[in-house]
Amino acid sequence: MQWRERKGMLQAQEDKNRRLYLCQCVTEHRGSLRLEAGHGKNHKDAASVRAAHPIPAACGIYYFEVKIVSKGRDGYMGIGLSAQGVNMNRLPGWDKHSYGYHGDDGHSFCSSGTGQPYGPTFTTGDVIGCCVNLINNTCFYTKNGHSLGVAFTDLPPNLYPTVGLQTPGEIVDANFGQHPFVFDIEDYMSEWRAKIHSMIARFPVGERLGEWQAVLHNMVSSYLVHHGYCATAMAFARTTETIIQEEQSSIKNRQRIQKLVLAGRLGEAIDATQELYPGLLERNPNLLFMLKCRQFVEMVNGTDSEVRCFGTRSPKSQNSYPSSPSLSPRHGATNPHLHTTDSPTCSNGVTSKNKSNSKYPGVSSASSSSSSSPSSVNYSESNSTDSTKSQAHSGTSNQETSDSEMEIEAEHYTNGLADASSARIVNGTYKHEEILQTDGHGLGNGLAEDGSTSRQLCGGNLAATERMIQFGRELQALNEQLCRDYGKNPTHKKMLQDAFSLLAYADPWNCPVGQQLDPTQRESICSALNSAILESQNLPKQPPLMLALAQANECVQLMARVRAGSCSFARIDSFLH
Amino acid sequence: MEEAETHACSILVATQEVTATSRHYVDRLFDPDPQKVLQGVIDMKNAVIGNNKQKANLIVLGAVPRLLYLLQQPSSSLELRTECAVVLGSLAMGTENNIKSLVDCHIIPALLQGLLCQDLCFIEACLRCLRTVFISPVTPVQLLYPDPTVIPHLMSLLSRSQRTQEYITQIFSHCCKTPEHQTILYNHGAIQNIAPLLNSPSYKVQMQALKCFSVLAYENAQVSMTLVNVLVDGELLSQVFVRMMQRDRPIEMQLTAAKCLTYMCRAGAIRTDDTCIVLKTLPCLVRMCSKERLLEERVEGAETLAYLMEPDVELQRIASVTDHLVAMLADYFKYPSSVSAIADIKRLDHDLKHAHELRQAAFKLYASLGANDEDVRKKITETENMMDRIVSGLSESSIKVRLAAVRCLHSLSRSVQQLRTSFHDHAVWKPLMKLLQNAPDEVLVMASSTLCNLLLEFSPSKEPILESGVIELLCSLTQSDSPALRVNGIWALMNMAFQADQKVKVEIVRALGTEQLFRLLSDPDANVLMKTLGLLRNLLSTRPHIDQIMSSHGKQIMQAVTLILEGEHSIEVKEQTLCILANIADGNTAKELIMTNDDMLQKIKSYMGHSNVKLQLAATFCVSNLIWNEEDGSQERQDKLREMGFVDILHKLTQASDPSLCDRAKTAMQQYLA
Repeated sequence: MQWRERKGMLQAQEDKNRRLYLCQCVTEHRGSLRLEAGHGKNHKDAASVRAAHPIPAACGIYYFEVKIVSKGRDGYMGIGLSAQGVNMNRLPGWDKHSYGYHGDDGHSFCSSGTGQPYGPTFTTGDVIGCCVNLINNTCFYTKNGHSLGVAFTDLPPNLYPTVGLQTPGEIVDANFGQHPFVFDIEDYMSEWRAKIHSMIARFPVGERLGEWQAVLHNMVSSYLVHHGYCATAMAFARTTETIIQEEQSSIKNRQRIQKLVLAGRLGEAIDATQELYPGLLERNPNLLFMLKCRQFVEMVNGTDSEVRCFGTRSPKSQNSYPSSPSLSPRHGATNPHLHTTDSPTCSNGVTSKNKSNSKYPGVSSASSSSSSSPSSVNYSESNSTDSTKSQAHSGTSNQETSDSEMEIEAEHYTNGLADASSARIVNGTYKHEEILQTDGHGLGNGLAEDGSTSRQLCGGNLAATERMIQFGRELQALNEQLCRDYGKNPTHKKMLQDAFSLLAYADPWNCPVGQQLDPTQRESICSALNSAILESQNLPKQPPLMLALAQANECVQLMARVRAGSCSFARIDSFLH
Repeated sequence: MEEAETHACSILVATQEVTATSRHYVDRLFDPDPQKVLQGVIDMKNAVIGNNKQKANLIVLGAVPRLLYLLQQPSSSLELRTECAVVLGSLAMGTENNIKSLVDCHIIPALLQGLLCQDLCFIEACLRCLRTVFISPVTPVQLLYPDPTVIPHLMSLLSRSQRTQEYITQIFSHCCKTPEHQTILYNHGAIQNIAPLLNSPSYKVQMQALKCFSVLAYENAQVSMTLVNVLVDGELLSQVFVRMMQRDRPIEMQLTAAKCLTYMCRAGAIRTDDTCIVLKTLPCLVRMCSKERLLEERVEGAETLAYLMEPDVELQRIASVTDHLVAMLADYFKYPSSVSAIADIKRLDHDLKHAHELRQAAFKLYASLGANDEDVRKKITETENMMDRIVSGLSESSIKVRLAAVRCLHSLSRSVQQLRTSFHDHAVWKPLMKLLQNAPDEVLVMASSTLCNLLLEFSPSKEPILESGVIELLCSLTQSDSPALRVNGIWALMNMAFQADQKVKVEIVRALGTEQLFRLLSDPDANVLMKTLGLLRNLLSTRPHIDQIMSSHGKQIMQAVTLILEGEHSIEVKEQTLCILANIADGNTAKELIMTNDDMLQKIKSYMGHSNVKLQLAATFCVSNLIWNEEDGSQERQDKLREMGFVDILHKLTQASDPSLCDRAKTAMQQYLA
């Protein structure tokens, strides 16, 4: 949190028009910045040195220390802060927007020539610290590791650490964190971190607690619906008695389309969208173009059904996608935290992975109904059974325990619920990439069972390659069409270029644009399509939970911009467990 | 497992109805069918939760002895016994009267006996009930100790579960009130058994273990010395305490850890300049005094801090500049604030309850802060309305506040400058004198000690105090049974007699009475003796005073002096006595009392050859006064002393290595040469 001053960045301001009695020099002494006074006689000979940069507001708490190496003749030293433009030929504190603590009398000077009794005097050997708290805009000093209490309040922003000397022989060393501090600033910061944390945690949410509960339920429910966790959402709605706005069949449709996209089967996904939501893609030509571009990429990958149908082993089947029941869209970049969570407590995710692996060989050769994904439903149901089980468990444990614990039963209940729902959130992302990769690998390599590990363009099938090239021409035509209708679109051009570039390499998977072939790249387009469908149904295109999270993130960034110091201690991740 | 008490539910139910149902509950305990008894106990458990009235009814109707009987009966099922313990625990959660009734029914030995059972649930229920009983102020703590097997058994139960840990440590921390208790717990391995609990995953266990250490270490060198060497998971205990004082820890934990370190420091186990005291404990305790803390925490913080730095001037200096502590304490006097009176009654009640505690804590801390350093004293007296606050504190109804205020005043009265200025300006002697009229010994000791300082000759308060008839009061103090009061009384008289006029001296001698004076000269307390000699010396100064007092009391004084010079006394006492003799020798008529006393002259002679320079000096001084030239009859005295061989000794002393002794001897010799 301390802002570290780099070597040689202090600047002494010298008044060239005046005969300089005082020559202050700044040198480096064992890693500290050393200041030495020249031949000053009276207060007119004082001179200050200040840091090259102001204290950034967003750092929350700022601290630096100054060791008095020698008090010189009279020890007229001032340590403090000043704004830009303050006269540097004076000790800090004497002028407007300047603040200082002086060694000779121990007084504090708050933009005034007369000081207030503040602390003890300081002299050779003492270490004086200056701490600026940008959360409440106060400043306190320390002497030899002891806090002397608040010296200034209502400080303006953009102050510079400043040290002023006056009489000959005064030498001080400034420490901006390059050496350990004498005062335990970490401890002080931990207090403020805890303070702000508890302030946020205890923020009053109004007296209508019932509604608060309902809001939370809706957040969870809408999140589940958004991502198409149909059965889980239904189970949740049943338990919490909330109403789901969207029809169950609609959720399942979206889920089906998402699965197709994530499995890399864009052609089928486009067909399904056009069938289920006629006119949607026509109204969103950009989206359609993105989908088609992706379809081309998937053709290169060998995953799209238009090229897979040429494969020797894979029968033309629309239904091999249940092999990835646990696939779920990755959320937008708003919550990097969730992506990185490999929650070991999430046993659900592990179970589903095993299931998908064991089912894969069976399903790939068999054809099943096209309308829904049975294994996906199974999975979701098992998930919900889990949650009911855990609730039932907490219920029984309540009955078993003694009387006094009965009184917190309500709390237990909500706890159980919250656990179940949060487990589901993590569920969605658990080991996601891994599954996708095995999937993509299996599908992309039509000869996987023969033991061959090298990947080939369009699965190595010539007919498929021809189909791909033809599709590329169609895509090119679509782009030209769009250009005519809507004007040039550099994004489209770039997308197209990138996609076509894949053909220029012998091994597209290991080329500079090979990143496109990564299955995780399907996620953004998947969520774009999902959002477009939801929008067309007059439903929010983003789940409220993600909106709230994004809003919170934005707020913290806004706090930093408006110089609210507390932002550095308001970490959103510390609330996402 | 805590029982949340709600009183609202019982209000609507008519009293008689309650009694009737209560009767029914008790009756069911006597059912011949054990299964029905069990159901009865369970129903009773559900009925008493949060219902104080129901609890009282059941106790009146005699449920307790029956429950205890069932609990102790070996034939009872374990389930029944456990339920009985739970119900008893619930009853204990009620009023203090409930606890008294339970204790009267001998619940404690019965439950302690129950702990011998193997079943954990039953043990926990018993411990929970015991805990609730023992933490009540009405329960005599010594009830834990009669059976010597109890403590070791409790120690062994510490490993059973987190609950047993929490309850047992809580029992210990409430039942350890005397050094004997500390020793018992210490001897049964309390430290080794409880130390690992400081790292327990349960906050409650951690806290109770911490509290245990604070009561164990308090004024106990043996425990404290052991504690500094204890390791918890490879970490020194003092470091564990330092960690617990981190600013993001709960306040209760910070405060209790600071108390542990304070007690260890005061018991001599940690040096006062150790960083864990100077940079951690002291700042932590200062933070506890801040306005942001609860009133209880501020009281405890201030008292602990006062205790920590009492003997160490460096800590006092540091604390006086830390976080504006001196100004921060001024806020302790602002309760109840005028705002709270209007704002809400509850707050006012809370403030009123703590107002006395806050004031006495602040006075104590001021007393400690100003104990040694003049600059700190100045800073304190310059705090807003400080002297007025002390003055009004001296006459407060609460003894605790009065005592703390007078301690504070005493601390500040060590400053010459304050005595001359603020003490006089605020006429602090008035309330002080009033306080001395009728106060418990504790307050008297402090007040009279303060008075001693106010009677110093440069103190402007001396005159008005004299006029207020203080002499009688001080003389009565010298007759007290308490040595401290006798010292202070005679000390004050001594200060008063210093350079006083004849009238005052006569008054002192008259009021004290020679009999009392000589009784004090044989006082067993060396301090009393010293101050009495000091008084005599002050009385016997300036020639007319010497002659007057010696003419009326010469015989007794000479007797007393002889007695002391012959007795077994310290060098200081003998030196003081020889100085008195020297003063007597300075009188016109009084010196004859020495000259005619050959025995005394022999004694002086022998002290001139004493191995201690101070005594030689005092004796030489005495001789020098006797042979002083310009006085009547000096020639005869010189001759007599020469005959007795004093000149030879004086001659020898002119060669002494000590310069002042050498000078004194030369001056004396010159009297012969002139």
